[in-house]
Amino acid sequence: MAAKKQARRTNTSGEELLEHYKNMLMIRRFEEKAGQLYGMGVIGGFCHLYIGQEAVVVGLEAAAKEGDSRLTSYRDHAHMLACGMDPKGVMAELTGREGGYSRGKGGSMHMFSTEKRFYGGHGIVAAQVPIGAGLAFAEKYNGTDNVSFTYFGDGAANQGQVYEAFNMASLWNLPVIFVIENNQYAMGTSLQRASSSPELHTRGGAFMIESEAVDGMDVVAVKEAGMRAVAHCRAGKGPYILGVKTYRYRGHSMSDPAKYRTREEVQKMKDERDPIDHVRDMLEQGKHATTEQLKAIDKEIKKVVSEAADFAQTSPEPSIDELYTDILR
Amino acid sequence: MTIQILMPALSPTMEEGTLAKWLVKEGDTVESGDIMCEIETDKATMEFEAVDEGVIGKILIAEGTEGVLVNTAIAVLLEDGEDASAADTASADPAPAAASVKETATTTPAKAITPVGVPMEDIPEGTTFTSTTVREALRDAMAEEMRANEKVFLMGEEVGQYQGAYKVSQGLLDEFGEKRVIDTPITEHGFTGLAVGAAFGGLNPIVEFMTFNFAMQAMDHIINSAAKTLYMSGGQMGCPIVFRGTNGAASRVGAQHSQCYAAWYAQIPGLKVVMPYSAADAKGLLKSAIRDPNPVIFLENEMIYGTSFDVPDLEDFTVPIGKAKIWRQGDDVTLVSFGIGMKYALEAADKLAEEGISAEVIDLRSLRPIDYDTLINSVKKTNRCVTIEEGFPVASIGNHLSATIMERAFDYLDAPVINCTGKDVPMPYAANLEKLALVTTAEVIAAVKQVTYR
Repeated sequence: MAAKKQARRTNTSGEELLEHYKNMLMIRRFEEKAGQLYGMGVIGGFCHLYIGQEAVVVGLEAAAKEGDSRLTSYRDHAHMLACGMDPKGVMAELTGREGGYSRGKGGSMHMFSTEKRFYGGHGIVAAQVPIGAGLAFAEKYNGTDNVSFTYFGDGAANQGQVYEAFNMASLWNLPVIFVIENNQYAMGTSLQRASSSPELHTRGGAFMIESEAVDGMDVVAVKEAGMRAVAHCRAGKGPYILGVKTYRYRGHSMSDPAKYRTREEVQKMKDERDPIDHVRDMLEQGKHATTEQLKAIDKEIKKVVSEAADFAQTSPEPSIDELYTDILR
Repeated sequence: MTIQILMPALSPTMEEGTLAKWLVKEGDTVESGDIMCEIETDKATMEFEAVDEGVIGKILIAEGTEGVLVNTAIAVLLEDGEDASAADTASADPAPAAASVKETATTTPAKAITPVGVPMEDIPEGTTFTSTTVREALRDAMAEEMRANEKVFLMGEEVGQYQGAYKVSQGLLDEFGEKRVIDTPITEHGFTGLAVGAAFGGLNPIVEFMTFNFAMQAMDHIINSAAKTLYMSGGQMGCPIVFRGTNGAASRVGAQHSQCYAAWYAQIPGLKVVMPYSAADAKGLLKSAIRDPNPVIFLENEMIYGTSFDVPDLEDFTVPIGKAKIWRQGDDVTLVSFGIGMKYALEAADKLAEEGISAEVIDLRSLRPIDYDTLINSVKKTNRCVTIEEGFPVASIGNHLSATIMERAFDYLDAPVINCTGKDVPMPYAANLEKLALVTTAEVIAAVKQVTYR
């Protein structure tokens, strides 16, 4: 294994780092299990894994408060876990069972939780961006101080509706944080091959939207940027853009052979910038947790994931009566 | 040579207007570009400028005159060297301006269109009615629902300060303020998505598309984001929203601005689709649409915005979505239509009655869900059916109705069902071709004769 970079010094407490570690590891183990179940044919269709990007959603969720809303694209499992949705319900939706969040009718790309204020799960690239601005519109209309975390990728950043949403969000001062999760590949097309300017966080400049570039492999950096963004929005100063640079280890979806990049490139990221190793190093170097404690956490998470996988395979398929329900209210 | 100044057409659909005010008087010299008078259409008050220079010889139409038809001579302009006597000669010559003041419009509003031989449904006896245009009825519906529910708001291009591109939202900004009547940038894809998000967030948006042609830019959000979310969320999260605006052909506005989307939206599970004809239905259905917890597509028509109908004077008049209305009872043939198609259906029924053919006329009003029972029961009685719509013929609403009648009333049919539709061409601009491209009353009459073997 290549030498790891020295972990960054931080004021973050050991307790908080441990929380980040748990949350990120939960996502990784969950996604690994989902990949495994896909390989077994238990999960069908598309399945987009978040492995490598864990620090982004975990850092930002640490900056959110009760009442804030969030929505994202079809790469959505992690966002659901990070906002506190039940891994069993998420996994059972991946398997298309009655116990899933959408009772098996949504699938991996379409889940929602009004309770946790998770608004999907959107399958059309960038469609969630104006919708996220609309959630912020509702907050402003209702006079709350909640913000809308609107996640989208570097691929979506080239869709026209993103800029329509930027314009209205800025024009109407909407409390929305546009989080550009730049994992550097829009399916198989690298950022360099698709974007005239790779500095995605600057894309709101023409709309006078404040923004910053964020290291998305460092959960502490993400959280700190998230706190600044949230403070900006809650103060009524309008939208904020976070251009978060991250990396996905797996293919775009399970059926992607990822021929557009080298094995070495992926391995180098894993060795040098893994977001979970980074937190583990900080925990160990700061003597915030013993090896035994970390092992116990690993074990606990494996248990939760394994129970979710069992539930997702034993929960029955939806009743055939469900075919014609939920079309209209 | 004197020049006759004619009443101008100031919009694609304007047929008449009010000469609100003269800003020049007889004897005044005008130059090209000078404002001569103010003309009020049903949508706006417009200033009318001089094109030629000269002296105003005679004012032919006094200010305040209503119902002045387009192309009526309103004044005579004298050119260099001519005197006022030339104006008298010119105004006596009716040749270039055959049009005049529309008789009915000068004193009383046009007679409201009311159903024949059938009572207005669900309206208590003794209810009074007020003749109201479709445009006013739509505005009244929005205003009433906005008063009743703080979460209802209107969003769209020019709905606020401009008072609506077609004046449907007239007065709403004054009453409800900028928070609830929101002028958007020209950004259909974006504001439709934003409105869907607002509906997810607990509000009840009314989205006005200036015309439904522009909603094609927003189609993804209407179908994928609004219509499907309830199902995809296993019933957890719906989208209470109304998409409304003018749909179908206006007049001479060309292919990209003249299309009926009824059949497109009617295909989508998760949507409700309504297309009213009368002002009462426009009001009652829009109120129901705003209260509905589902996404509702509300298709209006510019050509009938200014048409008056009797609207009941009830405090809270609603019309249920999914229920057809029988406008006229008959025995020989069922004419089924919706929206502006009803105009042709009713005209045809009048003319057929003169020839002794009794047509039952059904206004579907809702295209999703469709009130099949009313249609099937009628066909079982008349044994013949002609469908009328303005949209394209392939995969039309009429096609679907024909199939349904075949499945449910095959043995009752004495003739094949005929679908009268718009023609299978992009809308031409030329006046004669446009007329040919649209469905006509004559085509409906011909179809009825074919199915009745006359």
